[in-house]
Amino acid sequence: MDVLFLSRLQFAAATYFHFLFVPLTLGLSILIALMETKYVRTGDVTYQRMAKFWGKIFLVNFAVGVVTGITLEFQFGTNWANYSKYVGDVFGSLLAIEASVAFFLESTFIAVWALGWKRLSPKAHAISIWLVALASNISAFWILTANAWMQNPVGYVIRGGRAELENFWALITQSFALHEIFHTLAGSYILSGFFVMAISSYYLLKRQHIDFFKRSFAMGVTMALIFSVAEVIQGHMNGAEVAKYQPAKLAAMESFWETKAYAPQYLFIIPDEKNERNLVEFGAMPGMLSMLAYHSPKATVKGLKDFPKDERPPVAITFWSFRIMVALGFLFPILAFLGWLKRKTIENYPRLLRLFLYALPLPYIALQAGWTLTEVGRQPWVVYGVLKTKDAVSMIDRSQVLFSFVGLVGLYTIIGLIALYLIVKFVKEGPEVAQQ
Amino acid sequence: MLLSIWFFLWGLLWAVYFMLDGFDLGLGTLSPFIAKDQREKNIVHQAIGPFWDGNEVWLIAAGGVTFAAFPTAYAVLFSSFYSPLMIILFALIIRGVSVEFRNKSTDPGWQKLWDVGIFVGSFLPAILFGVAFANIFKGIPIDGNGVFHGSLMDLLNPYGLLGGLLFLCLFLVHGALWLSVKTEGSLRERGFRYAKALWLPSLLVAAGFLIATWFNTSLYLNYIERPLFYAIPSVLIPLAVLGGMAGILYFIRKQHAWYAWTSSAITIVGVTFFGIVGLYPNLLPSSLNAAYNLTIYNAASSPLTLKIMLTVVVIFIPLVIAYQVWVYRLFSHTVTEEETGY
Ligand code: HDD
Ligand code: HEM
Ligand code: HEM
Repeated sequence: MDVLFLSRLQFAAATYFHFLFVPLTLGLSILIALMETKYVRTGDVTYQRMAKFWGKIFLVNFAVGVVTGITLEFQFGTNWANYSKYVGDVFGSLLAIEASVAFFLESTFIAVWALGWKRLSPKAHAISIWLVALASNISAFWILTANAWMQNPVGYVIRGGRAELENFWALITQSFALHEIFHTLAGSYILSGFFVMAISSYYLLKRQHIDFFKRSFAMGVTMALIFSVAEVIQGHMNGAEVAKYQPAKLAAMESFWETKAYAPQYLFIIPDEKNERNLVEFGAMPGMLSMLAYHSPKATVKGLKDFPKDERPPVAITFWSFRIMVALGFLFPILAFLGWLKRKTIENYPRLLRLFLYALPLPYIALQAGWTLTEVGRQPWVVYGVLKTKDAVSMIDRSQVLFSFVGLVGLYTIIGLIALYLIVKFVKEGPEVAQQ
Repeated sequence: MLLSIWFFLWGLLWAVYFMLDGFDLGLGTLSPFIAKDQREKNIVHQAIGPFWDGNEVWLIAAGGVTFAAFPTAYAVLFSSFYSPLMIILFALIIRGVSVEFRNKSTDPGWQKLWDVGIFVGSFLPAILFGVAFANIFKGIPIDGNGVFHGSLMDLLNPYGLLGGLLFLCLFLVHGALWLSVKTEGSLRERGFRYAKALWLPSLLVAAGFLIATWFNTSLYLNYIERPLFYAIPSVLIPLAVLGGMAGILYFIRKQHAWYAWTSSAITIVGVTFFGIVGLYPNLLPSSLNAAYNLTIYNAASSPLTLKIMLTVVVIFIPLVIAYQVWVYRLFSHTVTEEETGY
């Protein structure tokens, strides 16, 4: 294992782990803010108890999201020094803006919210969680703009042996970024909705705190329904963006080998990367891939064989992660719709409740699969068409990277297990009893 | 001009970070000694709880600004300091989860475990930041491509270690005074006592560091070579450092915790700027050959990026300061008994 491989492994481990916690922060903060707003509006203390119960879980999740972000911020310098030198002029500013615009706000007001129950008026307290929600989502905007620039670099020139910023506006308004942002945020809201549904189902199955958890469930399922429908529609546009800007990724996503017009979409494929073909192809829908990617059945789709071998992404991983995400993407609206229809009497449908409880891991899988597709499908480029991953790595000693990789995985595993323990503990403790 | 402004801002962000997180890290390191029982540990914990994350973001901002304004320096600095930086980051992770998780259960064993985490996670960064900065002042073996030709042991040289000791001492005083600010009664007294006991060692280490700086770095040469340019800083900085140190002692005598803490804050900013100004226009000197030095001229971003970032910083940093001050005032009460929350 060389420095390059270890650095990739370390980067992947660190981001996957960070992104286990990020999506729940993004969506649950909004749900809690809504709960507190309802409390301020109606004075109904059940909403305040809801904000407190979900808030306890939120804080554990948030804390792990924060501490795992720190390594990411510095990893570009430690492991990807050549990358940082080459694109820092463009990329670094987005990271710095994220910190000064979003992280300060988020980290300051989370403390106000967590410790301010007695010090602030209900209204000021609700505003503080709104600020946390806003700041988290703003931070997502900037980091995803940065990531989208690596996927589809715009607004720069190569000058003096590096990429220099030329048009900042182009960077933050490019369609690739806007799609990526919407898609990731919607995915995160789906996850948060399903999270609240799952835990509510757990209590409804036990027939405890029925009113409390029915209201929570209704809020969660509404969020999940809206965004899972939006995700399918917008996800398709995301695919069109990939077709336009990253044709090699598209070909890998579809395991599509020969360049053709009227390119078909298959219901089922098993890729055979070594022999540059598919082992199984089944259920062809003629012209469908051309249609989906370029909005015309006649369009020509470039096959993998027409890309130089060293510019193809790993096909199997890209292909399978795409399939997993899309399959789940079609499942979520169905599940959410069922739950939404029955939300008023949901406690009477134990089978459905059990389904929602066990569905909890699915949105996590969909999100991680989505990132796998995006990041692995970008290979061998780290900045698409500009800089290859192998040229981006630092010139450092291998033993150092081995040490940090082992340390990071060990530390994160322990923290992850403790966080899981705490979340389960708080869920089991349940909401505090109503006073009065 | 733009480059010089950014150099100054770069130094300022690090200085503010040390000034703020310095008290968390210092108090965290002192906590096993200064708090005698579980009740006192709870109070110490609450003196850190609302602030550590907001303080730590100054580190993230300092890192981000290094990346945005001086990308080459960001790349070379952090890849050269790979292992120490990773240890700092791991320690800060441990510190963060320890502060956040400690009160999630009232079990004494659980809380003891996280108290250890707070100690380790505070102690290591306090020392290592000092080691890192002393090495920046001194210069490290980097070649013309910014590749580091040394080992971890090269960074742990006597001057580097002295820098680590200096940061540790300053942070400990700073943390002890913070405890006096935040508490009353015997803990407040003890904060003063610790700060006073650590005052003389800090002064001696600082003096030793200043002397060693003469032999190990070219910081003073900078001051001497361009006397006019350095007229203001070379008066102001020693004044800040000495005045701060004197102020600490004076206000401890007067039992005025906030002023003593502020004096200590001024000392920390002064010490940081002593080094930063002496470096100018270097960001990271090379100990192999002065031609390989990373400077604001060869490591900076394009003027466009610098201008955009300047706009962002000029708008948002004052805003951040405004709401962080508001939060410090919201939690400005002294902590006495256990408050719920978290
Ligand atoms: C789509 C959203 C998203 C993505 C892709 C990332 N993050 Fe993140 N990050 C967040 C969304 C987020 C957040 C929701 O804003 C967090 C999670 C929990 C939190 O407190 O803020 C956060 C926290 C967080 C922190 C701690 C902030 C603090 O102390 O308050 C840092 C330094 C980073 N992130 C840095 C990164 C970097 C360098 C990434 C890229 C490799 C990255 N994050 C990916
Ligand atoms: C949070 C969700 C993310 C996940 C799960 C994720 C996942 C991954 C994975 C699996 C890799 C390794 C790919 C490979 O080497 O084959 C990778 C690489 C990388 N990603 Fe991401 N990523 C995420 C977000 C981001 C963001 C937001 C950025 C930048 C702003 C980013 C920048 C990079 C870089 C610089 C590499 C290293 C080069 C490489 O190995 O390709 N990633 N990521
Ligand atoms: C049928 C529905 C869906 C379609 C057609 C779709 C399509 C896509 C495409 C084409 C990409 C790659 C974009 C790129 O490489 O830049 C992508 C990425 C991604 N997907 Fe999906 N997706 C769907 C559903 C979902 C769902 C349900 C989730 C999560 C709950 C999800 C989460 C993600 C994430 C996190 C990424 C990486 C970020 C990004 O590049 O936008 N997707 N999706």
